[in-house]
Amino acid sequence: MRVLMFGWEFPPHISGGLGTACFGLTKGMAYHNMDVVFVVPKAFGDEDQRAVRIVSADQQTINIRDQSFQDYWKHLTYLEVSSGLVPYVSPEEYRRLTDSTEHDYTDIKESVFAETFNFTGSYGPDLFKEVSRYALVATKIAKEHWHDVIHAHDWLTFPAGVAAKMTSGKPLFVHVHATEFDRSGEHINQQVYEIERMGMEYADRVIAVSNRTRDVIIERYGIAPEKVVTLHNAVIMGITQRERYQNPLDEKIVTFLGRITFQKGPEYFVEAAKKVLDVDKNVRFVMAGSGDMWQRMVELVAHRRIGNKFHFAGFLNGPEVKKMFDMSSVYVMPSVSEPFGISPLEAMQSNVPVIISRQSGVSEVLNHAIKVDFWDIDAMADAIYALLHYQGISKMFARMGHEEVENLKWDNVAFKLRGIYQSVTNA
Amino acid sequence: MKKICFYFQVHQPYRLRTYRFFDIGKKHDYFDDYANRKILVKVAEKCYLPTNQLLLELIEKHQGKFKICFSITGTLLDQIESYYPEVLKSFQRLAATGCVEFLAETYSHSLSALRPEHEFEHQVHLHHKKIKELFGQDPTIFRDTELIYSDLIGERVFRMGYKGILTEGAKHVLGWKSPNYLYYNTIEPKMKLLLKNFRLSDDIAFRFSQKTWGDWPLTTEKYVHWLNQIGGQDEIVNLFMDYETFGEHQWAETGIFDFMRALPDRIFSNSNFEFVTPSEAVEKLQPVAGMSTPFPISWADEERDLTAWLGNDLQDDAFAALYALKPLIDKCKDPQILKDWLYLQTSDHFYYMCTKFFSDGDVHMYFNHYSSPYEAYINYMNVLADFSIRLEKSVHLSPELPAAERPKAEAKLKKKVAAKKAASSKPAAKKNPAKKTSVKKAPAKKTAPKKSVKKKVAKKVAGKTVPKLK
Repeated sequence: MRVLMFGWEFPPHISGGLGTACFGLTKGMAYHNMDVVFVVPKAFGDEDQRAVRIVSADQQTINIRDQSFQDYWKHLTYLEVSSGLVPYVSPEEYRRLTDSTEHDYTDIKESVFAETFNFTGSYGPDLFKEVSRYALVATKIAKEHWHDVIHAHDWLTFPAGVAAKMTSGKPLFVHVHATEFDRSGEHINQQVYEIERMGMEYADRVIAVSNRTRDVIIERYGIAPEKVVTLHNAVIMGITQRERYQNPLDEKIVTFLGRITFQKGPEYFVEAAKKVLDVDKNVRFVMAGSGDMWQRMVELVAHRRIGNKFHFAGFLNGPEVKKMFDMSSVYVMPSVSEPFGISPLEAMQSNVPVIISRQSGVSEVLNHAIKVDFWDIDAMADAIYALLHYQGISKMFARMGHEEVENLKWDNVAFKLRGIYQSVTNA
Repeated sequence: MKKICFYFQVHQPYRLRTYRFFDIGKKHDYFDDYANRKILVKVAEKCYLPTNQLLLELIEKHQGKFKICFSITGTLLDQIESYYPEVLKSFQRLAATGCVEFLAETYSHSLSALRPEHEFEHQVHLHHKKIKELFGQDPTIFRDTELIYSDLIGERVFRMGYKGILTEGAKHVLGWKSPNYLYYNTIEPKMKLLLKNFRLSDDIAFRFSQKTWGDWPLTTEKYVHWLNQIGGQDEIVNLFMDYETFGEHQWAETGIFDFMRALPDRIFSNSNFEFVTPSEAVEKLQPVAGMSTPFPISWADEERDLTAWLGNDLQDDAFAALYALKPLIDKCKDPQILKDWLYLQTSDHFYYMCTKFFSDGDVHMYFNHYSSPYEAYINYMNVLADFSIRLEKSVHLSPELPAAERPKAEAKLKKKVAAKKAASSKPAAKKNPAKKTSVKKAPAKKTAPKKSVKKKVAKKVAGKTVPKLK
């Protein structure tokens, strides 16, 4: 079976969980002998290495010629489309970004379709134009690369998926990792919503990363329930067992790691930190990541006068994330709305006990994690304190959690995915 | 004869390097030695050396009639001692002329005067000693960081034995009164106040090269004309400015050096002014009135208040976290830690966290190597976290430890200190004993009970506007 897949990020250039998910998924598909043509927009011209190198589970860069990866690579055709698509930004944010950044480079030689489409290289500051441009390219790809099914990840690629379906007539699967309601709360961008709904309507199946997300798709987008299936994410297995990085500090560390945006609920983490620090000075909190609420969080920390125990580590790359997990005693994901949320699984792989919000998709698949409502900072503080001080529970969570995560394999996800494909192709 | 008093503030901070969360507990080098040295060398060559030379020539030429005064921070003295001793020598040559006065201040250009702890007195003591050691003068006049002043600070400074203090002629404090007289502290009338004439000072310090300024270009004729225009009864014009005005803020190409070279001659020939140092002014003039300053003022920005350093959450959190360490510091004997403690108090660190970007943003950005106040705060707090860990360890490793563990721990500590001593340059080793002795002395000083009563009153008056004033 050959799958034409549209994404918008792929390791090592990832800004969120989607790139990691795509990587894991395609790996699992390779394991089950499915071939994938993976198409990604090439955003800023510094991704040249992506075509020849790929990143391993713990995000250490390795050469794809390595034995273990050849098999995977054999199943994957990797295409880059010259485009200004930037993941995880709202259309408004995108305009702001493109106004100020170096967006005028001409890089058409390296782009796969440059010759035919002859892009100017200076992209308009309009995210929607980029999305349509990507769709335009998709028709061309659909013609040139034979495939059985089309698979599109999130709204930026939905028009591309739909265009490909128009061209080849093959079944379309749209994979929803996050909806506009997750990203923006109730103040949704109508245009984005329309694109999402259009994609879901054209699709033969809508794949949701959690039951939560499936409910949103059915209720908010009016998609027929029988067309929407849940496919939980998994976690990429550690390739090599590396030495654990030792926490050099006397205090235990509680970590938040993710984009510092509304969706991730960073302020609940700060407030819970304040509550814990009020009773226990012997702990440090770390917020790693960047995002539009970063400044507000710094101010909030200063306002609560906990700056000497609350640190901002900035955006961390792969090895640093691993280091951060190794140093952590508790990992907290207080997301207000999290369709899935892979990062707690990565923390659990590093034997870190986790606290996750009930409003996350990952809470549907995890047993060995403390689940709290994102707004319940008392419960969150309580859980943090317990995991820091009561050896019984923290040790059990670390051990059982690790086992639990080991069983969440992308191979299994890919197997289920093939079943979903076949439910349409064999019908 | 009317008097003119030139005072120059000479200061460079020890800037912090980018200190990441992962460094906490592992790395204890906080300061960006490369940048600090680079900036010092640049400023020395553009400003300190040529201006010192110019002033020396003027002093020699006018045979005792041209006088100036300096306030040089301990952090700058430490930097020139280790990075550029030639600069120190040139200041010493100026000191030897007898026409140059040196003022007392806090060692590290800190905001300790705003804190009730003895850190303020301790730092002033350290700085006084340093000035005596390097320039052979016993300062009698005081200047607090950035001309910060309040009635309470004036009183504290008086208790340390100083006769006068320099501050800003802030409009909101002076009202209709002129800065061109000697004033006194309203709590301690024996404490004299010299007020900056900010218009005439800023004409040189800020506007000199501003081509959009109506009076550009500034000539000595014009300037002396303005001097002659001040009120008939006015007695003294205090021209207070950053020393870096010469050659650094105003480049040599603007003609600032030529202006300064010609100014004394023009003043002697075309006006009824003589040059005095602050101690002479305090001696010769009678104060005309008290200046009541319940809230601290400074020479910064349009508001002439403390908001460049304190007031937003970032600054207040960092400031409180820093001084929460003071009780431990009093027990600490590790010279390297005590030195870092001084350098971490430098007001510049708080200046970088200022969020008033709109009205005075230009000046703020000029002095700032961080891309945002948030980064400045995060970096500072990371450093402070590591510093507190070291401090706690050093204090807890000393006497109280059980006898069995002590030798091990001490040996470890000694090794560390020895290694650091060897690594740091010679002048650092020289200074350390001085700090040690003064630490012991500081707690011995007792404040009069009177003071605390007044403090409470002032606090009440201060209300919400100046919550930091204690």
